[in-house]
Amino acid sequence: MLRKFAIIFLVITINSNLFAAESSKEKLIKQDWSFNGITGTYDKAAIQRGLKVYQEVCAGCHSMNLIYYRDLEDIGFSKEQIKVIASEYTVLDGPNDEGEMFERPARPADKFVDPYMNAQEARLSNNGSYPPDLSVINKSRKGGADYIYNLLIGYEEPPADIVLGEGMYYNKWMDGKQIAMPTPLYDGSVDYEDGTENTAIQLAKDVTVFLQWAAEPELEERKRLGVKVILFFIIFGIFVFLSKRRLWKQIH
Amino acid sequence: MQDKKEPKKYKNSFLNWIEYRLPIISYLEKEYGDYPMPKNANYFWSFGALLTICLVVMIISGIFLAMYYTPHVDMAFESTERIMRDVSFGWLIRYIHSNGASFFFIVVYIHMIRSLYYGSFKYPRELNWLLGVFIYFIMMATAFLGYTLPWGQMSYWAATVITNLFSAIPFVGEGIKTWLLGDYTVGNATLNRFFALHYVLPFVIFGVVGLHVAAVHVHGSNNPAGIEVKEPEDTVKFYPYMLVKDTLAFCVFGIIISAVIFFGPNLMAEVDNYIPADPMVTPAHIVPNWYLAPFYAILRAVPDKLGGIVLMFAAIAVLFIIPWLDNSKIKSCSFRPLYKWLMILFFVNFFILGYVGMKPATGIYLLLARLGVIYYFGFLLVITPFMHRFEKNIILPNSIHEIYKKKK
Amino acid sequence: MTTPYLVLTVTLIFIFLFIYMVSTVVWGKVVSANDKKAELNKEETRRDFLHVSTITIGAIGSATFMWPFIKSMNPAEDTLALGTTEVDISNIDEGQSITVTWRGKPVFIRKRSKEDIAEAKNAKLSNLPDPEKDSDRVKKEDWLILVGVCTHLGCVPSGQKVSDKKGDFNGWYCPCHGSHYDTSGRIRKGPAPDNMEVPPYKFLNDNTVLIG
Repeated sequence: MLRKFAIIFLVITINSNLFAAESSKEKLIKQDWSFNGITGTYDKAAIQRGLKVYQEVCAGCHSMNLIYYRDLEDIGFSKEQIKVIASEYTVLDGPNDEGEMFERPARPADKFVDPYMNAQEARLSNNGSYPPDLSVINKSRKGGADYIYNLLIGYEEPPADIVLGEGMYYNKWMDGKQIAMPTPLYDGSVDYEDGTENTAIQLAKDVTVFLQWAAEPELEERKRLGVKVILFFIIFGIFVFLSKRRLWKQIH
Repeated sequence: MQDKKEPKKYKNSFLNWIEYRLPIISYLEKEYGDYPMPKNANYFWSFGALLTICLVVMIISGIFLAMYYTPHVDMAFESTERIMRDVSFGWLIRYIHSNGASFFFIVVYIHMIRSLYYGSFKYPRELNWLLGVFIYFIMMATAFLGYTLPWGQMSYWAATVITNLFSAIPFVGEGIKTWLLGDYTVGNATLNRFFALHYVLPFVIFGVVGLHVAAVHVHGSNNPAGIEVKEPEDTVKFYPYMLVKDTLAFCVFGIIISAVIFFGPNLMAEVDNYIPADPMVTPAHIVPNWYLAPFYAILRAVPDKLGGIVLMFAAIAVLFIIPWLDNSKIKSCSFRPLYKWLMILFFVNFFILGYVGMKPATGIYLLLARLGVIYYFGFLLVITPFMHRFEKNIILPNSIHEIYKKKK
Repeated sequence: MTTPYLVLTVTLIFIFLFIYMVSTVVWGKVVSANDKKAELNKEETRRDFLHVSTITIGAIGSATFMWPFIKSMNPAEDTLALGTTEVDISNIDEGQSITVTWRGKPVFIRKRSKEDIAEAKNAKLSNLPDPEKDSDRVKKEDWLILVGVCTHLGCVPSGQKVSDKKGDFNGWYCPCHGSHYDTSGRIRKGPAPDNMEVPPYKFLNDNTVLIG
């Protein structure tokens, strides 16, 4: 009796957050992401396309200050390519020997360059709203990648009964249904080099994959190791079970 | 002086050498080798061993995290993410630690439920229960302190809300709060002292666990029948019989915890904690960790600030006196047909309180919380002391060994 | 193989052997204790094998569990990424030195004078505790670049400023235990065993050098 109760307790406890996340609101349109599931991996081509979307669209307002240019090696860029990518940005360094700050091209060991000097400047340029840092955005929103994807394509004409604030847009996935970010992605906003069609939906998908990678760069390694660890516990468990059975045979 | 020869207790001369100087070998042999366990102990008796493993794993992973973590308001969040990204296997160590905390509480709750259900807290093991509740109490404090360290939104606001509880104390409350924080709000001084305390408290727990285990070993473990061991036939040796059972339980536990660590490491975390702390913005849905949520629900069930806090601490304090509330001579609920169901209802009620504690305190949730509080105290303070007067128990077996004979 | 890995491998092997031996001995004891009850000898050996395997697998598991923790103590990726330093050397006059940091260590960059170079070249290799030609230690004769750490016990030798004590060989002098280095950074006198280390570097152009 108590045993069954304990198992139910355990299962519900683990799942309670999931229930909490999904109740009340409209259901997110779930995507079949390649990184889902036990053997999930990243589609590197999609991450690279997503990086391009980030650089050309998002990076105008959103920082990613936990990511380094060197991290791009993970998604299939060579060291030389990364140097070129980094050198397109300028960072403020210093002080030099004369005690002055100076600008220099970014290096692979630098973090992604912020679009604004500080939070105040960011607010000033964005109508008082602060564009959140995107480094761990997929981990910091309920629904994760699905939420981000839906948000990006979730812009609609506001229903008649809703009065939008000044400079606000209607997006049914946002808390309060109003968002300060204008529609970021349109068909053809970004040109892809690999010939993938650049519809708004495709752009949203790719940038979501990129953000997922940025939030969880360890995902592939984690899942691979997880399979091994669980296998170990199963094998060890079988041996222990056999040992236990033999030992306890003499009791009773 | 007489040239006395060292006694030869063991074949191995190295063991003998140590034993003569420090009788640790015979101690280990007595407490973990030949220690008699009631042979009808079921897998619920493995949760003590699981807890020991949890504690050791938490301490090890914690020490390593402390090597890479920076307790400063400007760097705490970033250094946590640095652990996740740049330190080799840092993500693994952090996920072990964060999910380990949740599982530590799951296991501790099951351990406590077992103790309540089978009456392990009764004579002669009352001190054990006291030490156990004390450990549980320090665990909650440690978990709360640890939760503030990543310095995300939830960390910051949990610290703010919990420390503000103290400000409800009349006259000296504000002073105590400021003294706790070392600042007027939660700030760098707070983070530094929380880190220091979070580092040291687990070692206090470790010490109390030592006493807890030593105390169990004085009168031996309880068992599902709740009758004391009478003859050697009732028991098995800890080694190897219980050890192999505990190890099997650990394997099952290992599979479950690995599934969470590797495939859903943030299932039991709050998403808002991946947003850096911002003293100017409170997140819309501020919730405590699930393992503290039942007490949070009790806190919010009362419309008065001080009243809620008093009731919350009373809910923990009442646990300490349970051994003196239950006057029934029967230990195990298996032999108390009515009380058994009330007991299970108490567990369910505690769980519902936890669920409610993570929901907004309005409407149906507030009602549920209030009913939950009434049953929580009603069960412990009214039902438990008087139940045995009305209840007719099932007849107990004479000895543990007899149970096995009957089965055959 | 780097040292930590070697140490770990050896430790793992020892743990394995130790556990296997202990488990064999201990299980021998348990089995002999049970001998009174047990009738079938065949089953005894099978049981023995099963239990020893179980314990061994468990021991390997616990040892492997420590691996990520040990590995995490290596320099993290952000530390490794900062492995290079770019230095502007256009402002250094002949005979002068500057000190820059590379991987947290001081690096000496000295523009050597004609006499310095001649001194370094003329030293008899047979007189040196750690014989090395000056030409093997520099890429351009004018420029001597060294990790400024005494090979004895890790102090930073003096000799960078003109007023500093430079030792008997006009190079550097370590104040901790009195090691003397020459104008090529080679050990000449004192307890240090080796010449000062030359870091990997290259000249990006006449005015800049990249260390690391």
